[in-house]
Amino acid sequence: MERRGAPVQAFVRFSDSKIRLRSQVYEPDYIIVQDSSLIKDVDVFAGLTEGSVAIINTEKGADAFDVPAGVRVITLDATRIALEVLGLPITNTSLMGAFAAATGEIQFPALAEALGERFTGALAEKNIEAARRAFAAVGGET
Amino acid sequence: MMEIMEGSHAVAEAVKRCRPEVVSAYPITPQTHIVERLAEFVADGEMESDYLTVDSEFSALSACVGASAAGSRVYSSTSSQGLILMAEVCFNASGMRLPIVMSIANRALGAPLSIWNDQQDSIALRDSGWFQLYAEDVQELVDYHFLSFRVAEDHNILLPAFVCFDGFILSHTYEPVDIPDQEEVDAYLPPFNPYQKLDATDPISMGMYATPDYYMEFRYELDRAMERASRAIKDAGQAFGEQFGRSYGSLVEEYRMDDADTALVALGSICGTVKDAVDEMRDAGRKVGLLKLRSFRPFPKEEVAKALDGVSQVAVLEKNISPGSAMKGAVGLEVKDALWKTGIDVYSYVIGLGGRDVRKKDIAAVVDLAERGRGDMFYGLREELI
Amino acid sequence: MALNVGCAARPGRARDNKTGSWRVFRPVLDAEKCKKCGLCLLICPEGCISEDDEYPRVDYEYCKGCGLCAEECPAEAIEMEQEEK
Repeated sequence: MERRGAPVQAFVRFSDSKIRLRSQVYEPDYIIVQDSSLIKDVDVFAGLTEGSVAIINTEKGADAFDVPAGVRVITLDATRIALEVLGLPITNTSLMGAFAAATGEIQFPALAEALGERFTGALAEKNIEAARRAFAAVGGET
Repeated sequence: MMEIMEGSHAVAEAVKRCRPEVVSAYPITPQTHIVERLAEFVADGEMESDYLTVDSEFSALSACVGASAAGSRVYSSTSSQGLILMAEVCFNASGMRLPIVMSIANRALGAPLSIWNDQQDSIALRDSGWFQLYAEDVQELVDYHFLSFRVAEDHNILLPAFVCFDGFILSHTYEPVDIPDQEEVDAYLPPFNPYQKLDATDPISMGMYATPDYYMEFRYELDRAMERASRAIKDAGQAFGEQFGRSYGSLVEEYRMDDADTALVALGSICGTVKDAVDEMRDAGRKVGLLKLRSFRPFPKEEVAKALDGVSQVAVLEKNISPGSAMKGAVGLEVKDALWKTGIDVYSYVIGLGGRDVRKKDIAAVVDLAERGRGDMFYGLREELI
Repeated sequence: MALNVGCAARPGRARDNKTGSWRVFRPVLDAEKCKKCGLCLLICPEGCISEDDEYPRVDYEYCKGCGLCAEECPAEAIEMEQEEK
């Protein structure tokens, strides 16, 4: 529904039991920043607490970001991975690979399977490869 | 089969299984993905429907009226300004007793322009003669489509239906949902058997001219059909439960209402947040419960009175505003009427308009206000702006 | 119920409504002036002028006396005369 290019926020909750809460997420366990240029305009780190993980798409290192105490910062150049693998600066699947590696919430084979369902043919292969490159860049072992 | 699916896509899957013969809609910006997906189904030959493209919402519902009068099962979907542009046709559809089912992704009305959620659109058409169900989650949303066609087409009812669901909050959220198989839906929802239809070999006209000698009686019959719809919705909900294991045998759902001193009353997806808030308040020793309304038209007056018997105060959460009404919200008036002369205090709280987020702490704050006797007000205004 | 559902009706009900009783002025044809052009048949909003005979014939059971035929007749062959009531 959003205009392409406009800043947007999206939220995910996952649980083994039924999720009833419909409000936005104010104290995230994890955040993914798809465009680090937003950081100067929006307090993207608000609500993060000790043990939270921030995954940031940037060329910079983790120490370039001023986050609340105890927050782990993972940085990767997902745009470069996306450009190299997909030929387009669409970072969603790369960042999902990074998320899987950084948090351990998703196993890589499950991610690859989901991408295989979402995309078909060569596009599926490329997106799985982008996810794999990002997964490895963040230290995950497939 | 249980799948994780976007709310709009789940509706499209449900509608496909209802086998509508005609679909007509006009894609308001932002449309949900419902009719977009239905158009794909038709184009791919997965659905045997005529998909009519038109020039406006007014035309879309007009096409639906014609198709329904000609004896087809008919479906449409819209939101916000789109529904309001349909308003005139809505009254004609119910007056002609055409059982059209339309999904309403509830969104705010302009001006000012807003694309975000509240329930002003369908509440504004309260008196249009369509029965209105409100879904808490995507599963209810899917199930209400089967139920609505069954009730709408009942020859004892013959009313059109809104299946209302909160825009974005349900329409664009992915969550687990069970989409019944076609055979199961066919067993629950028989083919459309029109009460009467336009037929060139046996002509009739519908919605004819009624002079002052007749008009009131037609409106009386419409109101009586709406009264009968209460029973029909419950029966269809009960039958649904027997077949699918998810029962909607009441127009209300009580959540932790046993011994509750303060009751919250709400419609739609906010009920999920309220349930979590109620759990937290119960854990803190507060006697709070939720009464969820599945139906706003017909209004389940008896169920509301029964469920709220014994509470001290009632806080009605309103995603609508009726400017100039003493209570502010349209739902509170009905609840207050249901509790007339009981001595129970009923307060309305206008909340979450135009997409403003509603959190558990907001629900707790509303309970505090009700227990202090303050209500019939906007909740959560930004004082610095006014 | 006594009313038809959805205010539906069979065709032909307008025949029961004898609108001729509304008339104050009645159209009267002067056969000598009439050129039999048929314009009055097309113009009549009630559709109650026919040419079953040689000349246009008005069905006074339904003619409301609106006067359009007289107004439009190119030969000025139709006069509107007050009804005696």
